Amino acid sequence: MLLKLNEVTKTFATREGPLEVLRGVSLSLNAGETMALTGESGSGKSTLLHLVAGLDKPDNGSIEIDGQDITRLGDGELAVLRRETVGLVFQQFNLIPSLDAESNLAFQARLAGRHDPQWTARLAELLGLKAYLKHYPEQLSGGQQQRVAIGRTLAARPRLVLADEPTGNLDEAAGDAALDLMLALASEAGSALLMVTHSSRLAARLQCHVHLHAGRVAPC
Amino acid sequence: MLAVSLPAILSHWRRHPIQLAMLLLGLCLATALWSAVQAINGEARASYARAAAVLAQDSLTQIVHADGDLIDQTVFARLRTSGWLVTPVVNGELRLGGTRYRLIGVDPVSLPPEARMIGLPEPGNGFTAFISPPWQFLAHPETATRVTGLTGSPIVASSSLMPGTLVTDIGHAQKLLGLEGSISRLIEWKEQPAGRKPLAQVAPGLVERAPGTSSDISRLTDSFHLNLTAFGFLSFAVGLFIVHAAVGLAFEQRRITFRTMRALGLPAIHLIGALMIEALLLSVVAGLAGVALGYGVAAVLLPDVAATLKGLYGAEVPGGLTVRPAVWAAGLAIAAGGTLFSTSGYLVRTWQQPLMNAARPLAWIEAHVRSIRYQAVAGISMLVVAAAMAWLATGLAAGFIMIGLLFLGAAFALPLALSSALKLGTRLARAPLTQWFWADARQQLPGLSLALMALLLALATNIGVGTMVSSFRQTFVGWLDQRLASELYVTARTEAEAQRIAAFLKDRADAVLPIWHVEGTAAGQPVEIYGVADQRTYRDNWPIIEAVPGVWDEVAAGRGLLVNEQLWRRRRLALGQSLLLPRGLSLPVAGVYSDYGNPIGQVIISNDQLTDHFPEVQRLRYGVRIAPALADGLADALRDRFGLPRENVVSQASIKAFSLGVFDRTFTVTAALNILTLGVATIAMFANLLTLANMRLPSVAPVWAMGVRLKTLAWLDLTRGLMLAVLTMVAAIPLGIALSWALLAIVNVEAFGWRLPLHLFPWDWLRLAIMAVTAALAAAALPSWSLAHTPPARLTKVFAHER
Repeated sequence: MLLKLNEVTKTFATREGPLEVLRGVSLSLNAGETMALTGESGSGKSTLLHLVAGLDKPDNGSIEIDGQDITRLGDGELAVLRRETVGLVFQQFNLIPSLDAESNLAFQARLAGRHDPQWTARLAELLGLKAYLKHYPEQLSGGQQQRVAIGRTLAARPRLVLADEPTGNLDEAAGDAALDLMLALASEAGSALLMVTHSSRLAARLQCHVHLHAGRVAPC
Repeated sequence: MLAVSLPAILSHWRRHPIQLAMLLLGLCLATALWSAVQAINGEARASYARAAAVLAQDSLTQIVHADGDLIDQTVFARLRTSGWLVTPVVNGELRLGGTRYRLIGVDPVSLPPEARMIGLPEPGNGFTAFISPPWQFLAHPETATRVTGLTGSPIVASSSLMPGTLVTDIGHAQKLLGLEGSISRLIEWKEQPAGRKPLAQVAPGLVERAPGTSSDISRLTDSFHLNLTAFGFLSFAVGLFIVHAAVGLAFEQRRITFRTMRALGLPAIHLIGALMIEALLLSVVAGLAGVALGYGVAAVLLPDVAATLKGLYGAEVPGGLTVRPAVWAAGLAIAAGGTLFSTSGYLVRTWQQPLMNAARPLAWIEAHVRSIRYQAVAGISMLVVAAAMAWLATGLAAGFIMIGLLFLGAAFALPLALSSALKLGTRLARAPLTQWFWADARQQLPGLSLALMALLLALATNIGVGTMVSSFRQTFVGWLDQRLASELYVTARTEAEAQRIAAFLKDRADAVLPIWHVEGTAAGQPVEIYGVADQRTYRDNWPIIEAVPGVWDEVAAGRGLLVNEQLWRRRRLALGQSLLLPRGLSLPVAGVYSDYGNPIGQVIISNDQLTDHFPEVQRLRYGVRIAPALADGLADALRDRFGLPRENVVSQASIKAFSLGVFDRTFTVTAALNILTLGVATIAMFANLLTLANMRLPSVAPVWAMGVRLKTLAWLDLTRGLMLAVLTMVAAIPLGIALSWALLAIVNVEAFGWRLPLHLFPWDWLRLAIMAVTAALAAAALPSWSLAHTPPARLTKVFAHER
């Protein structure tokens, strides 16, 4: 078992009062598996992803990655987790604007001390970025930026890829192409994939499916 | 519509109070330093005007000797009998309690109405007490307090006089000054009877001098006040950088609001009008606070400015401030003008913004990125023009324009220079985080460039002015050693006493050197004319700049004279050129010597020629050469033998210490303004970093998400601030050296008439670098701390969906 969530809850304080976003979510994912996380807007999908990534901590419950309860980890240990174990692909791409595509691709792998130039070069070729490596993010189209973001995550060969609506900003054709790439490369890298998506069509292409409704896991 | 749109626009500040505070603070500080300088200058100029108005010199014609010589008293009677309505005046210097005062003697009977002063008695009302023993003195209340009991006569306080001036009956003044039978000048009544004999017929050798539009002291101090104004303007400009940054951010944050308001039907002209009203409201609030703060700063600085003016020019300025409406009005006007200037670019952009503009992030930073190159080209052009002016242009105004171009050019070129340095750092970096650090710093540069430009100007001013002052001090100390060669300086109270002292010293000292002088006119300027004995002391020590061979032999033989550097430069004299002194004495210029701190010309002739041509010269002062170890003993012996007050027997060391004290106090004001300007630049950096902190999150959040601790990122942020400050400091050094060269080689020479060598003081730069780093640390600490403690929820918002 790579990932295990047990009765995870999360509440945010707002001006109008406490907002309970997750109300006891439990799920599990094995190594190499792919899972879609769906739900309507405000159901807590992104929050769940952020908790799994160690970007925030749940109020209650546990999150185990490779048998380790990450809710007990300190700030430094969580940073190590994000560098070496988990990789994030954002809807907004969130490339580093001051680095070119090549440097962006290699960035996380270099941070983790795992930079493999050959693997990165292969990723660049498979993602169709070979001709754009010296371009800066503002010089790339949305589709190209998303492919750089995917490449950046996979270059570090994380055990777990967390993708938050990675195709949300792309048209259908580009989105399908990006997902195909991500699935193939994740499989080649040996990474598990937990992907948030609104699209039931895309969700159907993954091995497992979890649906969130009002902060709880609902039947698919 | 304004009632709806203006509150909506102003509501932005309720949600961004820190931003508002930064904008108001920047404008307040900028206005404060400008207003402080204006208040000081205004106070000084009002004093000069009051001084000029004494005896109505600014409105009544005067009759003087063409050579600047004294006038025989009988001329007064001749003029009166020839139909001229004139009054005689005697002026000179009187020593009381070791201090020199300006003494004016007047004839209250013949004084014109315009020249009457507060306190001067009318006939039949205390008149007799003024014109007969024990006499009376009129003095400014400050002066009256100081001299009470020293004159042997009652002192009457008169606020129409300047500090340091005493007025008494002309007969009494003549006796005190040793000018019996002579007068200095005559003042004409405004209305003169027709048919009087021409002046040339009644009194040949005398000329009429029309009242000037500005007094001598006002002209002399023009350059000092121009310096202060330049400093004030620099501080204002630095403060405006804060305002510009805060205004720009506010405009960017409200860009979508403006678009929405226009889409809902608000005409563009109403929007612009509301924004201008907002700018004016902010400027009034900040301007009022700024002027009030400025008065506080001026009150603290004025005593040192007054000491400087007295030390440099002999100008008397009271130590207190008067609240002047003109200063308030000027402060508010410049605050409003500065705000509108900072806002104008954004107003134009808002006016031109299309209604349906696609969302583009950080538009104003992108505009900066595009303009960096254009800015650098403009900057380099200005530097080239400044270099050309340094070689070709002359005059004080040209000197300041050159400095202005130098500073502006360097500031404009700075962002590109920093960008290039950061690009090099990115290329050389190996580790990913280091690479990101350099690249991200370059990315952030447009947002910080204004603050860094302000820092550059402040640092360069500190280096430039500091180098100038230190060079001056180093040269001044060496010069003092040369000029103050005698071990003791003795001033007798009467000439008879002086002769007894000289006789006493004859066998007890190695040499007794007369230090006697008169005042006159040469080359159309007032000059001091000193006599010098033919003695080794002068040959070995006098600070000669340029001279003919055997200069001292020429002077001793009465075949030549020496002039000080100020007279030499101002009158463009040449060696060998003849100079006409009063009483027809004409001698060639045999040499030029340095004479720092003296605002007027000075001439040295042989002592024999001085006493021959000016027999009325006061022979009271001597320099005494003796072995240094014996000086104190001889000083005590003189005081015991002749009952001389302590201040009449002064050692070389005391005079040096006093002179250096005056020197140091002279530059206290510039040191204070330096520190204040650096403080404003620090606040500019702090304001920029704080307001940009929110905009950093999209750059920082992805790196954090990839596994770099927030604390690490915060330390990198802090390091980035320090690094940029250090790079700016490195750029400031050559700019500062260029400024000090300009001040020493051009401004000083044009303003004061003397040129100083440029010395470099790298330890001072190191001290300043530590200050700059500390300032950057202070500016960056809070934003970095804020980043390190950013809640994860705020960071994850960066990754939020936007549909």
